[in-house]
This record gives sequence, C-alpha cells and structure tokens, in this order.
Amino acid sequence: MKLAVRLFARARDLAGAEQVFLELPADCRVADLREELARQVPELAPLAASLLVAVENDYAADETLLSGTAEVACFPPVSGG
Amino acid sequence: MIELVTSPIDYTALTEKVRSPQAGAVVLFLGTVRELTAGRQTVALDYEAYPQMAEAKLAELEAEARARWPIVEVAISHRLGHLELGEISVAVAVSTPHRHQAFAAGQHLIDRLKEVVPIWKKENWVDGSTEWVHPGSESGMPDALSQDRGPPEPRSDAGQGEPRNVV
Repeated sequence: MKLAVRLFARARDLAGAEQVFLELPADCRVADLREELARQVPELAPLAASLLVAVENDYAADETLLSGTAEVACFPPVSGG
Repeated sequence: MIELVTSPIDYTALTEKVRSPQAGAVVLFLGTVRELTAGRQTVALDYEAYPQMAEAKLAELEAEARARWPIVEVAISHRLGHLELGEISVAVAVSTPHRHQAFAAGQHLIDRLKEVVPIWKKENWVDGSTEWVHPGSESGMPDALSQDRGPPEPRSDAGQGEPRNVV
C-alpha cells in the first residue's frame, strides 16, 4: 500500500516536504513504518531514534497496525508551552 | 475551552471566561518568551503545531483534569507563529472551589501540555541562527539545557468518552 506521512518541525525541514509517500507492505505496523521511513527518507536519519508516530491524531505504539487510509504523522519530541 | 491562536492572547478575557460564583479560586499560568536559555540569547520564537492532533490532545488534557479535580471552568490558549521576546505563548486558566485544587490542576495542565501536545518551538538566537527545540533528540537542544522530560508514552486510556466530572 501507499501511505502518506505528514511531517512537522525539524522532520519537515530535513525531508524538505510536508508530506512523504511510502510504499509499504499491506500488514505494516508502526515499527515497520519507522524502518521504512529511515530507509526511504534517509534525510531523517539524524532524528530517527527520537521520531514519534501518530495515527488518527493520537500517539501510536509500535505494534499498531496501519491502514492505507489512516492519517499518519511523524515528528520529533514536542516543545510547546 | 481550548484554542490555538495566531494573534496575541487576551489573558484578561481568558481569565474572565473561567471566573464563576462556584469557584473560590482562579489560577492563571502564562508562558512567555524568555531571553536567556542556558546563557544563550533568544530574540524570538517560532511556534508550529499539528493543529488537529494538538486540539485533540488539549481536549484530552481538559477531560483528564476535569476527572481529577473539581474544575468549574478551564481555558487553555496556545499561540502559534512568530513571537517576540516577552510575548505570551500559552495561557492556562482554571477555576475550582478551593485554591489548592486550582494550583494543582493548573500545574498538571501545563506540565502535560509540554509533554504531549504536538507543538514545537524554534529558537531564533541573537547571532541570527535558528534551532528547533526537540527535547531528548540528539539534534535538538541538548538535554542539559531543557527541563522537559522525554517523549511521551502512547496513552491508550486517555481521552476516551466524555469527561467525568467529580464536582
């Protein structure tokens, strides 16, 4: 499946795009997404270990199963306030 | 009440929103753009959000606080965009029957906001360089310079259903 991943803050700056499209296997979990993101968007390497993944507007655990229609975002640790 | 705004936060109006004859205590927290961070001089901060998720997480925090304290009203406003030194980036106003509840709820809300709400700040240093603040990431601000804790654990129990009022 093809999955759109929104990027924010330094992740967006490093990738040079607000959204990237990843080609993923059908039964992909969040943990697989992390690996594929590092492989398919190598510019994110400096942040890879700290990137957080959100699915449908909430933080997602590594075992969460992804669907191609889910809204997925990836971003570095937050610093609001 | 929660909101993300791009214009200056009217903290007087925000405070008035939570005042009530049922509340004997009102606490207002303001986060403002600070000049010095570990000796480095800031001239401005740029704030960015993942708006839909930020609003969802703020609503979750409000529900979480209402379940824990007898909150009469709560109002949280976070500003986004370019903020100069001294400007207000965030305001948390909370009212409860008694003062210790208002202080505790207010502290909890701002602490959790900084941990889980997807908003980021970028430092504009006096030397013209810029730097995203990403606590705990090797490329962000060094850990020693930040009081923030590490990345949040995914929460499976938060934000489900209606707020449980314990008033």
